[in-house]
Amino acid sequence: MTGRRTRSLGVLGWLGIGMLIGLFAVAIAGDSISGYAYDVQDADRALEGPSRDHWMGTDALGRDLASRLAEGARVSLIVAVASTAIALLIGLVYGGLSGYLGGRLDGVLMRVVDVVYSLPDILLIILIKQLLESGLSGVPDLYRTLVAVVLALAFSSWVAVARLVRGLVLQAREEVWVEAARAGGARGSRILVRQILPNIAGPILVTLSFRIPAAILAESTVSFIGLGIQPPFASWGVLASDGFAAMRSYPHLILFPGIAIAVTLLAFYWLGDALRDALSSR
Amino acid sequence: MIRYAALRLLQGVPVLLVVATITFALLRVIPGGPFDREKTLPPEILRNVEARYHLDEPVARQYLRYLGGILTGDLGPSYKYLGRDVTQILADAFPVSMELGSAALAISLLFGVSAGLAGAVRRGRAPDRVLGMLAVAGMSLPSFVLGAGLILGFGLWLGWLPAGLWEGPLSVVLPAITLAAAPAAYIARLTRSSVLDVIDMDFVRTARAKGVSEARVRRHHVLRNALLAVTTYFGPLLAMLLTGSFVVEKVFAIPGMGRFFVTAVTNRDYPLVLGVTLVYAALIVIANLAVDLLYAWLDPRIRLGRSKA
Repeated sequence: MTGRRTRSLGVLGWLGIGMLIGLFAVAIAGDSISGYAYDVQDADRALEGPSRDHWMGTDALGRDLASRLAEGARVSLIVAVASTAIALLIGLVYGGLSGYLGGRLDGVLMRVVDVVYSLPDILLIILIKQLLESGLSGVPDLYRTLVAVVLALAFSSWVAVARLVRGLVLQAREEVWVEAARAGGARGSRILVRQILPNIAGPILVTLSFRIPAAILAESTVSFIGLGIQPPFASWGVLASDGFAAMRSYPHLILFPGIAIAVTLLAFYWLGDALRDALSSR
Repeated sequence: MIRYAALRLLQGVPVLLVVATITFALLRVIPGGPFDREKTLPPEILRNVEARYHLDEPVARQYLRYLGGILTGDLGPSYKYLGRDVTQILADAFPVSMELGSAALAISLLFGVSAGLAGAVRRGRAPDRVLGMLAVAGMSLPSFVLGAGLILGFGLWLGWLPAGLWEGPLSVVLPAITLAAAPAAYIARLTRSSVLDVIDMDFVRTARAKGVSEARVRRHHVLRNALLAVTTYFGPLLAMLLTGSFVVEKVFAIPGMGRFFVTAVTNRDYPLVLGVTLVYAALIVIANLAVDLLYAWLDPRIRLGRSKA
């Protein structure tokens, strides 16, 4: 953290950024980029392969696959970014307090993290989502599963953030500048937010660039096995699940959602690797 | 060592109890019972069914009944697969998942460690870059996409290997590769970076200066230390293989624990969900113990059972 030399992101890092900008543009534009609404059915043109009209073909109900993928980008990214943001918030507060206050509290808080951390992510996500889905009575039916999936993803991944933040805070609170601030009479909360947080932002940024693709993958995985996002919302996992059912005769239905997920994860990993290399002091 | 292992196994018991309790509580809190269907049952029949499965008892009573059952190896009847016990179902499904999981474990360790080693030794050169790209690709490809690709390619178009189901020894090949791909990629990256951490250490330079052969330096000084990092990854690795089986067993229509877990959640087959979760938790307790023991064996500086910080 001391060597403030910022190195270049390299070709792959910039390529990742470029791909992600493109992806977010598609997600914002949604199905308007392909000229078909993502949920309009056309029974006469069901299960067509790629063509000039439908350049990724159509699904079993004659819906334009390109439009559905664009809509899927929107759903998958919203779910991943929202759940990661919540996990970040919980992790920052929890890990920050645990690391800064230390002592017995730290021991107890970290035991909890250890237990949650040792359980498999997907198992946890499925169980939490089932629970939340029935508990969220204030949320309209249509959005209930969506919200439950977002929260389940957040509640299973905050521990990784909390661990990292705690370690970083433990390190940073011994640094001279923190000592100086403390000597100057700054309160603990002010030191945490104004002194420590900006100095540990780098590694946290790197983690985020790995947490978001992990969330995309986890969401598409639980949606694929039918325990995640439900129609009418069309996340990439939902599309892959639909496509898998018809894979033998119509491989394009699994091919395009698969490529979308893989390329997105690749872009995030390239960016994450580049950020880590650029920010590491070695 | 043996005392330590026994002690740690005993310590796993409360962990399992906590997992069982939380899962039990979670499942009972969820409204909607296993016998809610589109077609509602007549009240008398519903009462009979609930009495049969003790669902009419107070929750505390059900909980004690369940814990008592665990002690005697009886995980209760399945709500969905009528006439079958959860213990029976798990006894059938566990070996299947075990076989698939161990094959995937072997593949991912073999390819992961050797790819990571090969990359680190040729740091920054072409083989390292190619392997690095492959690893990122392996992490990026969701298992259902890879599995679908393998089924289409090798199962249907070429017809070399079974495209699914669990019949004959060849049917383990494609699912095991699918399950192993992502862990192998992680292990490769981990091995590479930990070898690079070790390779510049003083003790490695000293060994070389003493005139120890390069092969011996790599095997005894570099690899052994680098493997420590891989060993700590064993817990997450096992978790990855367990939950990876949810998808892979669905994709290849394999009757393993992952598949039963997913259908059990959908069917609200609570005893089966609980049973699978318990087995997973037990596996993780055992895996963490194995990691600690392995760690002590690989790193003689660690003495087990003494002054635990």
